[in-house]
Amino acid sequence: MEAFLHQILSGLATGGIYAAIALSLVMIYQATHHINFAQGEMAMFSTYLAWMMIDAGLPYWVAFAGTVALSFVLGVLIERIVIRPVEHAPVLSVVIVFIALLVILNSLAGWIFSYTIKTFPSPFTWEGSQNGYLSPHELGTIGVTLLVLAALFLFFRFTSLGLAMRAAAQNPVSSRLAGIRVGWMLALGWGLAAAIGAIAGMMIAPVVYLDPNMMAGVMLYAFAAALLGGIDNPLGAVVGGFVVGVVENLAGAYVVGTELKLTVALALIIGVLVFRPTGLFGRRYVTRV
Amino acid sequence: MTAPLLEVESLDAGYGPTDVLHGVSFTVGEGGITTVLGANGAGKTTLLRAVCGLIRRRGRVRFGGAAIESKATEDIVRLGLAHVPDGRGTFVQLSAEENLRVGAITRRDRKGVAADMERMYGYFPRLRERRHQQAGTLSGGEQQMLAIARALMLRPRLLVLDEPSFGLAPLIVRDIFAIMRTVNREERVGILLVEQNAKLALELADTAYLLETGRVVTGGPAAQLRDDETIRRAYLGY
Ligand SMILES: Nc1ncnc2c1ncn2[C@@H]1O[C@H](COP(=O)(O)OP(=O)(O)OP(=O)(O)O)[C@@H](O)[C@H]1O
Ligand SMILES: [Mg+2]
Repeated sequence: MEAFLHQILSGLATGGIYAAIALSLVMIYQATHHINFAQGEMAMFSTYLAWMMIDAGLPYWVAFAGTVALSFVLGVLIERIVIRPVEHAPVLSVVIVFIALLVILNSLAGWIFSYTIKTFPSPFTWEGSQNGYLSPHELGTIGVTLLVLAALFLFFRFTSLGLAMRAAAQNPVSSRLAGIRVGWMLALGWGLAAAIGAIAGMMIAPVVYLDPNMMAGVMLYAFAAALLGGIDNPLGAVVGGFVVGVVENLAGAYVVGTELKLTVALALIIGVLVFRPTGLFGRRYVTRV
Repeated sequence: MTAPLLEVESLDAGYGPTDVLHGVSFTVGEGGITTVLGANGAGKTTLLRAVCGLIRRRGRVRFGGAAIESKATEDIVRLGLAHVPDGRGTFVQLSAEENLRVGAITRRDRKGVAADMERMYGYFPRLRERRHQQAGTLSGGEQQMLAIARALMLRPRLLVLDEPSFGLAPLIVRDIFAIMRTVNREERVGILLVEQNAKLALELADTAYLLETGRVVTGGPAAQLRDDETIRRAYLGY
């Protein structure tokens, strides 16, 4: 029983990371109807930036804040420079741009930082917090994820800028007619997604270690989470993330074994696409025409 | 005479390579009401879109003395031009109240925004009842009220309306026209109105233009068009 509870709780810890990345996928999807396949590589690159800052001797949390800020700026720049020109291009061209971005970021990281696997520190290493169920890092990860989710909720729900971003995502023309600079809202969305990805990357790196391909598995779970929750539903993506984390852990421990865990994600993705393309919470908005 | 609030001169505009509007000129006086009438497909919606910079256009457009013909829509709106678009442009997933907040999103005077929100609920009590409801679930009439209220939340100098009576019951149409009259009189908001209901529009407006296949065929004081039997028979059908 204790082992079972442990599997669930540590599933929630990784699930939080999937939830964060799934949420950043959903944010960009809602605004542009594109799935950002490069989201994982952006997160990986951000984690390398953090590693560089820590390696240079900065305290962990300074490096953390610096990485989040820098990733935000890089996300905005990527939207302005790479995505903007293909804004009205056919879907396939956009997908190719995303994949190019993925490959470029991956090789760039390999070229700059080498493909050797590096360790990445966890800031949650205090003594005496050892209870039977969760490691300090897992506990810290859950805390950070919940903070991020709460901050995002408050931002989108209660600030003017958050409202403007939501408005721009759902009705660009009406938004422009209200004076909203829609193009900038999209860029801000990219910045936010990149910042969330950076946090997720820094939280997962102590577990999966740092290398240019570190996000491959994580991204698969995050896609599964986003699809499970409904690709256009932020709340669904978050719930989906936690569910996928727990399912992954339980399946790994009791059903398929750790080696085959990734197939669980694939099975989930295919299952959702076949049986319930709108996801568990995918909503159909009631609209009058 | 003071300079008009909106002055459009030799405006050509259209979609893709073809022009829909050809050399259109008209004005809206400061605090005045101008209506543009015309058959389906005459180019009325196109004209309003061109004024707001939503589509490609050529010619001269001056708003409050500033040239806006090459400005982006967002910047034109920020000068105080609010547009209630064809089809209402509701943010269907936001609540009714959030729709109103979006209308005021460029404003920084929180108190003024809160007061205007109350004023809108005063104009349209139905919106107050439904303010937490998802806007996509409002009735057509309620969404039209919401669209007008959203535009007014900008505190515009010019309110541009594209067929505000479309699909609405006569009683609601009467209410909406009464509110237009009120904001025009009390806040000196200029109005540029496109309407199918020519009779109502000509009663409200001081100036009227008749658009036919992208050209202005006649224009002048609304009373003059109203009283001209031939124009009424030939173009307005009443
Ligand atoms: N998005 C568009 N792309 C291409 N052509 C368009 C577009 N919208 C309108 N048109 C064309 O422009 C012309 C004028 O259309 P517009 O919508 O301005 O007419 P309208 O006077 O508003 O008509 P209605 O009374 O039916 O609303 C029509 O011939 C129409 O086919
Ligand atoms: Mg029209």
